[in-house]
Amino acid sequence: MVCESWNTKLDIYLDGELPTEETRAFDVHVHNCPSCSADALTRVQMKRTIQVAGKRFTPSAEFRRRMHQRIAAKPQRRRFGFAWMTATAVIAILAVVGLTAAYNERERVRTEQVYSEVADLHVATLASSTPVDVISTDRHTVKPWFQGKIPFAFDLPELRNSEFSLLGGRMTYLDQVPGAHLIYDVRKHHISVFVFQERSLRLPGRLNENSSAPKYVSFNVETWSQGGLRYFVIGDASAADIDSLARLFKADAS
Amino acid sequence: MYLTRLDPQPDSFEELAMPLFDRLYNFAHWLTHNREDAEDLVQETYAKALKGFSSFRLGTNFRAWMYRILRNTFLTSRTGLKATMTLSLDSEEDGPELPVEGDTPETILMERSNLQLVQSAIDDLPVYFREILLLCDVEEMSYQEIAETLSIPIGTVMSRLSRARKTLRDSLRLQFQKG
Repeated sequence: MVCESWNTKLDIYLDGELPTEETRAFDVHVHNCPSCSADALTRVQMKRTIQVAGKRFTPSAEFRRRMHQRIAAKPQRRRFGFAWMTATAVIAILAVVGLTAAYNERERVRTEQVYSEVADLHVATLASSTPVDVISTDRHTVKPWFQGKIPFAFDLPELRNSEFSLLGGRMTYLDQVPGAHLIYDVRKHHISVFVFQERSLRLPGRLNENSSAPKYVSFNVETWSQGGLRYFVIGDASAADIDSLARLFKADAS
Repeated sequence: MYLTRLDPQPDSFEELAMPLFDRLYNFAHWLTHNREDAEDLVQETYAKALKGFSSFRLGTNFRAWMYRILRNTFLTSRTGLKATMTLSLDSEEDGPELPVEGDTPETILMERSNLQLVQSAIDDLPVYFREILLLCDVEEMSYQEIAETLSIPIGTVMSRLSRARKTLRDSLRLQFQKG
């Protein structure tokens, strides 16, 4: 078909996403080709209909009011009239606890948040009726499943001579960053392994110091950075099992 | 909506985020299919965004950032997990869409102007198609913004969008034939 090559890019042209030169060529072609011209017209009509049909739902006045109140009530919100009070308070705090203590505290809180979020991901997944999206014990099946879903590649260790077995994997998010979530089994304990791109995460420096998870996170956790990737291994298995699985990953990635 | 100020302050969060409120709610309702879940989703999105705003990266697209938070929150919710189980994206790189013959969904719409028909067809789309179609045609996001929002490459945006439109056209054609 003569216009097939044009037709494949018609939507991209109508979305205004073609490069300038190609857009000009398209303008000329659409102007002179009755078939593509008619097709373009109907697709524009469809876009406009979707645009109108898509603006379908509006929030209730009550919900809008509630959200306004919540955001306005946040204590960090600063007003000019209170600026001097804030400044005084900050100076007083700095004088008492010192810059180092404040920094450490912030790092500690952030570190705890990261561990909590990882623990939440682990628990929420295991509680789900479908904890894995790719169900396979074969690492050569699970690894390719992530291609195109996450913006990086990683290796899964060989488990043949170990007590661990791979159950499958799924996509996950930590701090709005996409990553891989793998689930392993060892003596009926499930262990989650999370892999993220290190540079995409805003992690506290303490995580690099082989920090331990806060006590209220009642799992054994190990985390490390290797080859630009951040790994978390978490589960209710023994600390030795968690460490063994972490070692397999470390050996495979090195 | 790119942030250019050197240091984003909490006050500016309200100024930046509240104008997106109606649109985010509309998007949330399309994803969740009901008012209560949509309100919960928007509420959680704003809570997470406010929490992370101090570390929000300058030069990043704020609108795409907000939509990304909402979308990721949805995907990890119970409703979102259920919705995403229904679609395989294995054939993401499907071939180009071929032109159709005879009555097209577009001409049908031109004749009938049936918004409900389109709304129902969008509702029936798998979530991965629904969200990308809404981001492009309703939110009028560029492919780059959509790529940032969905954390996928631009090539995938194009192919997924093409498949979403084809699925919508097929669905409309079927509904029309049913009468």
